[in-house]
Amino acid sequence: MKAGIVVFPGSNCDRDALHAARLAGMDAELLWHEDPGLRGSDLVILPGGFAYGDYLRAGALARFSPVMRAVHDHAERGGPVLGICNGFQVLAEAGLVPGALLRNASLRFEHRWVRLSVERRDTVFTKAIPAGAALRLPIAHGEGCYFLPGPQLDALEARGGVLFRYAGPEGNPNGSARDIAGVINERGNVCGLMPHPERASEALLGSEDGMLLFRSLLESAAAVAAR
Amino acid sequence: MSLAEPPVQRGQPDAALHRALGLTDHELGEISARLGRHPNELELAMFSVMWSEHCSYKSSRPLLRTLPTAGDGVVAGPGENAGVVRIGDGLAVAFKLESHNHPSAVEPSQGAATGVGGILRDIFTMGARPIAILDALKFGDPAEARTRHLVRGVVRGVGGYGNCVGVPTVGGELVFHPSYGANPLVNVMAVGLLEERDLTRAAAPGPGNLAVLFGSTTGRDGIGGASVLASATFGSGEGAAHGAAAKRPTVQVGDPFAEKLLIEASLELIGKRLVEGLQDLGAAGITCAVAETADRAGTGIEVDLDAIPRREGGMAPFEVMISESQERMLAIVRPERLEAVLAICARWGLLAAVIGRVTDDGDVTVVSHEGAGQELAEPRELARIPASALTSDAIVYTREARPPTHSRRAPAPGAAVLPQDGLPERGMDPGAVLVSLLGDPNLASRAWVTAQYDATVGSDTVEGNERAAAMIRVKGTRKALVMATDANARVGLLDPHLGALTAVVECARNVAVTGARPLGVTNCLNFGDPERPEEFWRLQEAVRGLGDACRALGLPVTGGNVSLYNESVDGAIAPTTQIGIVGLLDDVETRIGPAFQAEGDLVALLGDTAPGLAGSIYAEHAGSVPDDRPPGVDLAREAALLAFLPEAASRGLLRSAQDVSGGGLAVTLAECAMWGDRGAALHVSVGSAPAAELFGEGPGRVVVSVDPTRWTDLQALALRHDLPLRRLGTVRGDRLRIKLTGEGATGAAEDRGSGVADEVDEALAVLRHASQSGLPRALGESG
Repeated sequence: MKAGIVVFPGSNCDRDALHAARLAGMDAELLWHEDPGLRGSDLVILPGGFAYGDYLRAGALARFSPVMRAVHDHAERGGPVLGICNGFQVLAEAGLVPGALLRNASLRFEHRWVRLSVERRDTVFTKAIPAGAALRLPIAHGEGCYFLPGPQLDALEARGGVLFRYAGPEGNPNGSARDIAGVINERGNVCGLMPHPERASEALLGSEDGMLLFRSLLESAAAVAAR
Repeated sequence: MSLAEPPVQRGQPDAALHRALGLTDHELGEISARLGRHPNELELAMFSVMWSEHCSYKSSRPLLRTLPTAGDGVVAGPGENAGVVRIGDGLAVAFKLESHNHPSAVEPSQGAATGVGGILRDIFTMGARPIAILDALKFGDPAEARTRHLVRGVVRGVGGYGNCVGVPTVGGELVFHPSYGANPLVNVMAVGLLEERDLTRAAAPGPGNLAVLFGSTTGRDGIGGASVLASATFGSGEGAAHGAAAKRPTVQVGDPFAEKLLIEASLELIGKRLVEGLQDLGAAGITCAVAETADRAGTGIEVDLDAIPRREGGMAPFEVMISESQERMLAIVRPERLEAVLAICARWGLLAAVIGRVTDDGDVTVVSHEGAGQELAEPRELARIPASALTSDAIVYTREARPPTHSRRAPAPGAAVLPQDGLPERGMDPGAVLVSLLGDPNLASRAWVTAQYDATVGSDTVEGNERAAAMIRVKGTRKALVMATDANARVGLLDPHLGALTAVVECARNVAVTGARPLGVTNCLNFGDPERPEEFWRLQEAVRGLGDACRALGLPVTGGNVSLYNESVDGAIAPTTQIGIVGLLDDVETRIGPAFQAEGDLVALLGDTAPGLAGSIYAEHAGSVPDDRPPGVDLAREAALLAFLPEAASRGLLRSAQDVSGGGLAVTLAECAMWGDRGAALHVSVGSAPAAELFGEGPGRVVVSVDPTRWTDLQALALRHDLPLRRLGTVRGDRLRIKLTGEGATGAAEDRGSGVADEVDEALAVLRHASQSGLPRALGESG
């Protein structure tokens, strides 16, 4: 499986995502935001950071990057897209996943380790996660408060669009509606989440739980190839 | 280039201008002697910023020359943008501490942010990718509204910048002391990793090479000493009042997004071998960058003023030359590589312009085609100054030093003088004292601050923030870098020499308890007005202490920064020798943490110290102690600890290790217990002075825990290093119990009529609550 990690000016978790993808056994490379294509990537990762300085609004400018046209096409073809932190904000701005990310309830940037419950294990992003497991991942963001109007939230929940929730004693770090930490689109191939699975790639760093997402994607790709 | 008339006739300044710029009559004479003529306005402005204390180190340079700078593996030392030390495998670490005190006092958020930006540029200018930020912050009384405003702003500034550029902020310290009330200290340390072959010098070799300025445009922000410049009548006639308003200086404004692009572009330029030299623009802007790079290479640089991209129109030449607009870099480029350099800058969306060329005349020359609003056919020379006169040959002072007559602080007249022991006599319960110390904002958890800092970006952070030292692994190797920053203002106030010694040994110990070997020292000397003999004496004593400690521990001083004139109407700040140390752990798997690990492990105190409470947080709580002499430092003992700890760690003899410092032994034990979520049952023999034993901050001690089966091996190793090793008890349960034994314990206290328990017996949850709530409560924050 080949992973392409989009580098926007101001991306700062691109190298972390590259490290994690390679550690998981993927063939991974960095894509430049001005590239018109994805250079044959099977998986697209929009990494964390402050694309275009997050000026105007987090993710608001990045979605107009040339590469985003190709990301749209890739998603429309059913290809997996993972947006982490700022990448989630870009996906939301681009309309590839529902919702918006508002300023944290504390009105401060928050960095801490959180615990996530995994709401579905039948997706390409989560199939390798053992049942009952809670993921321990770091968050690092100022605008991660997930928002959708009430009725749309109900609809999101009803269709199984909530993939990860903040759980456990660490609680909800940013005031997200219904403790939502990550969502998935209706088709099940585009996922955005605020916590950083790519930083939880080794026990040495405090957790390797994040690798479960990468392994899920690898397994899913292998299953598709076998068919 | 035509020079029709001698420079002396151009723009002769009025007789008092130099004074308005902060230069003395003597300095004007020195400038004229170096030029062989009177300087013109522009030259005077360039001298005024370059001969400022900040740029010239004119008061401190003679002292700094006494510091030991040689050491194993030192690749770059003082005089470069950052110190660089080899770590093996072709890799090296670059690190430096720098202050941004005064800007942060004026505008805390931007002041702190630009402080982070400046020190990061010092690191990547050397060819190193920044991998860590540590912030050492000092404020006044946390109960005061102004302090709270400063804390909030500074923390937002540090975090906002570091988080955006994607460099983890992993450590530092937060200190409250009344002397910092009007003059907070914002010292930031940055650490970078480089391949040694990428080491880049901030020099301008090769006459004919081009000077390329890239990054942000040049505006009027942060013009040094410009409040005076603005009020001086520069230019003339119409709109002078108008002009004064337009020239009003603004605080430098940071743009971390631009910095992130600068980092990537600079490292790409270096990696592709496209630049001959690289220098960041900091204080004194373009003037400093061209003077320093030329002087280091023994060349000159001719600056084409018209080629410098401006942020606004109508800027006077002096404004362009000394502007401190942030996020700018100067690259020295061979003409044949210009195209490739410009292409990389363009790819990163950065403006780049050739603003001059390297010459062989040794001068910084400024030329322009503009004259009286008209385009001239031939460039006009606006300034010509030997590069050395602005930098290496700048003025130096031998200041007068005189010890203060009242260096000691005796108790106020009429105040009760307490005996050495402050505890049972005053009816204080040692457990309650411990809880109150853990909640002191100087000792409490910094989580309220550090939760605003991204500490894990980069995927290399092994330990961060809540520990005395941070640990960053080096990808592709088994190594890790360990870094810490410490100062001791309370001891420094009583004895600046001892304050510096204490800071160095504490910082080194904080690195060594992880099992790492300290590699080198950076420092930031924060003091008052050096023109006052008492203040200069404090600086001199501190530098002597820094040198004494570094020589004894075999550590080179690889760089640093001096911040003077930290004063307000209330007087000078406490002498603050901020130390930064980076150490190397050869195998990250042998690392030792501070937290207790396993039930049944033995707890012991390694090393010992002179008793005493002076300079401690306890003394501050108690209000007054009779002895104003803080515990001394035994440098030989400290050196033995630095040798012992890495050896014990690599042999797997330690389960945990934590340095004893702020709050003393009891607070250290509480930290080991809280962080490990494991209690302990301990005995401490307290002699006649329980408070000093439990809460004294004397150096030279480390709390360790050990697997019982390794105890005799550890004892043997301690013996070999001639270090005392005293068993305190075992790791057990979920309470911290410290039974006091010996002369000063229960019996004796009861004989004296004290009914207070001579025992600490607190649930971990109580200790943790005190530690976690202390800072937000002190700052009036909800948490």
